[in-house]
Amino acid sequence: MIRVSNLTKDYGSRRAISDLTFNIEKGEIVAFLGPNGAGKTTTMRILSGYMPPSQGIVEVNGFDIIEQSLEVRRLVGYLPETVPLYPDLSVFEYLKFMADLRKIKQAEDRVDEVIEMVRLGDRSNSYIGNLSKGMRQRVGLAQALLHKPEVLILDEPTIGLDPAQIIEVRNLIREVGREHTVLLSTHILPEAQQVCSRVLIINKGKIVAEDTTENLQNRLTGSVRFRIRLRGDASAAAQKIGQIHGVLHAQAADTDLVEFESAPGQDVRAEAARVIVQSGLDLLELQPASLSLEDIFLQLTQEEEPAPTPELGQPEPAPEMEA
Amino acid sequence: MHNIWVIAKREYKLFFISPIAYGLLFVTLLTLGGFLFLDILYATQTQAFVPNIQRTFQLFIFPLLFLSVPAITMRTLAEENRAGTLELLLTAPVTDWELVFGKWLGTFFFFVTSIALTLVYPLILNSIVDPGIDQGVLISGYIGLILITAAMSAIGVLVSSFFRNQVAALLVTFGVIILFWVIGSPAQLVDGVAADVLRYLSLTEHFYDSFLIGLVRIQDVVYYLSMTAIALFLGSISVEARRWR
Ligand SMILES: Nc1ncnc2c1ncn2[C@@H]1O[C@H](COP(=O)(O)OP(=O)(O)OP(=O)(O)O)[C@@H](O)[C@H]1O
Ligand SMILES: [Mg+2]
Repeated sequence: MIRVSNLTKDYGSRRAISDLTFNIEKGEIVAFLGPNGAGKTTTMRILSGYMPPSQGIVEVNGFDIIEQSLEVRRLVGYLPETVPLYPDLSVFEYLKFMADLRKIKQAEDRVDEVIEMVRLGDRSNSYIGNLSKGMRQRVGLAQALLHKPEVLILDEPTIGLDPAQIIEVRNLIREVGREHTVLLSTHILPEAQQVCSRVLIINKGKIVAEDTTENLQNRLTGSVRFRIRLRGDASAAAQKIGQIHGVLHAQAADTDLVEFESAPGQDVRAEAARVIVQSGLDLLELQPASLSLEDIFLQLTQEEEPAPTPELGQPEPAPEMEA
Repeated sequence: MHNIWVIAKREYKLFFISPIAYGLLFVTLLTLGGFLFLDILYATQTQAFVPNIQRTFQLFIFPLLFLSVPAITMRTLAEENRAGTLELLLTAPVTDWELVFGKWLGTFFFFVTSIALTLVYPLILNSIVDPGIDQGVLISGYIGLILITAAMSAIGVLVSSFFRNQVAALLVTFGVIILFWVIGSPAQLVDGVAADVLRYLSLTEHFYDSFLIGLVRIQDVVYYLSMTAIALFLGSISVEARRWR
């Protein structure tokens, strides 16, 4: 569906992406994962036909991105990073304008349909300027869905949404992804894991890893990390846990928090719990701590050095938070 | 054609929900009415001349060209660029030429609407002077006004494509219109081909000696239309060049 080979883009003398090569098959939902400035937006702008690459070839459904730009643009639904909206138009007027530009038949029915899809049915006549940020984001999404595009390109589609809306939008993307090919960018790892079948990790304009979500995590971690919240002396507990067979290292991450890593293939959770309780401490919580995106990048981009463990006293960010 | 129409229609409609356009229309009509009123007042007091339609057109052209055109066209592409909606239009299945032409057509319809509203003034004038105003000049003058605004608004749209900032677009458009307005003057200082070229480029040359005296000459029509076409063509190149940055 999408073939990208040796894609390079220079802004003046600054190289934003260099030599990207990847394919996306029909019906896949693929995440483009990377930190700020990695080149996600740049790549998506090229794929959407907004700007031509400096070098390289991009084909969408067999159409060349430069030579057959209009054909590509007809196939693609695109939600840019800064949601392009006219604040003076109502939601309906805006979508009707886009539907007309895309020559959609029975435009008004289709507009009503996508407004329902993004759950803005009651705001259809509101001016876009008066909507909340999350609602605007959904109007932008509706715009991308209007013409039932074969390929959907979404640049950080869930940014600025509240948790309930994030879940809704992710479900929507999964739904759409059943029939369409979706490429979305994010810097939230769990988002990529939940929604996508495959992840392309990009850093400093280069693809540093490309795999299915599961494989990627296994490949990256190799070991498993856990977090224990307890009442009592955390550093003493850490020391005890560190002595368990199969635990690579353990440390007190906070006054009531112990983090430890176990060797691959060894389940030490029961033993760890027992140790804590036996030493007279109250075990409040035991949970796996997945690697944060930060850790993954550190691992991928500085492969020569082992990933540093989180700093003392700095609890890991909750999975939903941006890395 | 369909796309041009969709873009032009939205552009045109946007004027009627924008307070700036209403305000501008109001100010333009007020200025025109004010000019005309003072002219009539002056004429009746001094008895030096009879107000006629030629004078009226000469008064009209200033607020139209130097106020309305820059202020209305400044928004067209600069604002899309600033707000990021240009990304929407440039990734829709619309060619750059259709976009620029549609933008211009929408603003042009707006000018035609405002110029049509000014018709009340000649009608008023017609009722107070004896034996009425010159119908031929009325028609040719309006054709000329419409052609001038067509060409100058095309330049406004072109200039707007260079900027993200509307005020910058306004000032530059204003400057370019003044340039075309006065470009004929140095023709008196030089001679030969240079003088001909300068005179040919001059906006006023193609208005004062023809439309204003009741003539609709093919070379003047061609001048304004080709200026419109060239400006819009350059506009579409400018939009395309933006992609390559
Ligand atoms: N219009 C531009 N002109 C010049 N440089 C640019 C432009 N857009 C992006 N860049 C540069 O290209 C690089 C990649 O930027 P890009 O916006 O693609 O990153 P991103 O992965 O989308 O980041 P983010 O997560 O912050 O959105 C950055 O170094 C950025 O400074
Ligand atoms: Mg980005």
